[in-house]
Amino acid sequence: MPAHSTETLEQDKGAQRAPRPAPAKLELAGIGKEFRTKRTVTQALSGIDLTIGDGEFVSLIGRSGCGKTTLLRMLAGLLSPSSGQILVEGRSLWNGAKVDSSVVSQLGVVFQEANLFPWYSVADNISLPLRLRGDGKEERRERAHELAELVGLKGFENSYPRELSGGMRQRVAIARALSIRPKLLLMDEPFGALDALTRERMNLELQRIALATNATVVFVTHDITEAVFLGDRVVHLTPRPGRIRQVRSIDFDRPRSIDVQTEPAFGAIVRDLRHALDEEG
Amino acid sequence: MNRERSKRLLPWISTPLILIAFFVAWDLFVRINDVSELVLPPPLTVFESLVEVVTEASTWEHALVTATETIGGFLIALVSGVAVGVVLGKVAWLENSLRPLIVASQVVPKVALIPLFVIWFGFGMTSKVIMSAMLAFFPIMLNVQLGVRSVEAGQREVMRSLNASRWQTFLHLELKSTMPYVFAGLEVGIVFAIIGTIVGEYLGGSEGLGYLVVRTLNELDAPALFAVIILLSVLGLLLYFVVHGLKRFFIPWHESVYGQQDVNR
Ligand SMILES: Nc1ncnc2c1ncn2[C@@H]1O[C@H](COP(=O)(O)OP(=O)(O)OP(=O)(O)O)[C@@H](O)[C@H]1O
Ligand SMILES: [Mg+2]
Repeated sequence: MPAHSTETLEQDKGAQRAPRPAPAKLELAGIGKEFRTKRTVTQALSGIDLTIGDGEFVSLIGRSGCGKTTLLRMLAGLLSPSSGQILVEGRSLWNGAKVDSSVVSQLGVVFQEANLFPWYSVADNISLPLRLRGDGKEERRERAHELAELVGLKGFENSYPRELSGGMRQRVAIARALSIRPKLLLMDEPFGALDALTRERMNLELQRIALATNATVVFVTHDITEAVFLGDRVVHLTPRPGRIRQVRSIDFDRPRSIDVQTEPAFGAIVRDLRHALDEEG
Repeated sequence: MNRERSKRLLPWISTPLILIAFFVAWDLFVRINDVSELVLPPPLTVFESLVEVVTEASTWEHALVTATETIGGFLIALVSGVAVGVVLGKVAWLENSLRPLIVASQVVPKVALIPLFVIWFGFGMTSKVIMSAMLAFFPIMLNVQLGVRSVEAGQREVMRSLNASRWQTFLHLELKSTMPYVFAGLEVGIVFAIIGTIVGEYLGGSEGLGYLVVRTLNELDAPALFAVIILLSVLGLLLYFVVHGLKRFFIPWHESVYGQQDVNR
């Protein structure tokens, strides 16, 4: 039986879960980031305090250039913060400019660009994380197959990235991030390149996977509707320097169906957030 | 469907046609202008001479010498070029401090050094192997250096976010993304290696197809000269296609390979 359907079974359990469980998965305390170049100093982020619970889904919105990617990269262990601390399950991710690699190993990251390896087929790209940690060939093949189906790329397992469209590549990148069943999933505008219908389907899939695996997700998006639909909370960042302007709790029951978007309460939240973004000018 | 097929067949038809046209034009030119055989022999005479040259056993010994020198020099250039290219590509300060020297040694007409090599290493194969290695070294080394640097930052971040070890990053990312550059260098390098060998043979020694060129010239045997040049071209083509075949085998995913397939289709 494919693991896929066990995930579906677990989904019901997830549905009864409180929207914001108690134990902190991620703690950001006073995070700031400065970029120094020869001529300028850019204060990209300043004084970010945020606690994210285990299994929580946090959407991150804000104008272009407000520091969303920067924040995500620090969480992913790719960029050290200039100030403040990041705790993953109480353990410090950064020791100065060095990253604690044992913390990184349970992480799934989807970047703004797909960043696939053109020399590997779709299946090999998807299962690369498994290969790196030493899983067997048969296991990798099966998991890649399962994930290709999940992201709607069944039949493309043996294709090469150059034969895929931009949106398909991004879906391969998502499958790659999911391959190790990460407990912490960091996604930077993963669905930006997808058409509206595929995007909707991917939103539902992501919600299902997050519930089924009880993964904690930090999800960056430009799309306010998407942020509200997916998030347990929506964090709104303002630019120069990037600060948290507001954190909005979204309390619709899970799993949410697409119909939730037509509810008046949903529309009100989206409108509110849009106004707040507009005010930045 | 039909159009695709005719597109693929086109080079197989057009190439012989162009060659035939070329030989006909050559023949007509010689006949009409009544060119002396010493200057430009007619194609048929060259062909007869070619048959003669090919059937002579010593020709093959000469060809073997040239091939050995070229391949030897090329392999030396391959190993040293990749090694030096990787080091210089990775260690920025070393590259910076050596750059003036590298540029200078590229500008120096290396062919001018052959007489020196003859003095140092004699008239045998060694001086030619060194010459061909030296010429092939630079394009390979420079391409590898470029390749090592060109690993995409985003792909590096993927490996880092996956907690990959240095060795894994090398194996799955750096090696793979440098390969196209290595092969671009090798394709230029093999051509340079042949040039190095032949020029080396022109200037010193008594072996190799390059030497045969000089000898037939001294004997004022123009048809034989042409025949040897044809043999040299065939040798060059063969070596080039070996390298090209290796490239198609090792990096079928690269656009320089699959792009070509699209064109041929
Ligand atoms: N490596 C860097 N060096 C200098 N400045 C940088 C660097 N990376 C980001 N910045 C600056 O930090 C700020 C935040 O950038 P970031 O990429 O995090 O924005 P973003 O919110 O992800 O934008 P977008 O929505 O367009 O992706 C920008 O002003 C940018 O110019
Ligand atoms: Mg960004």
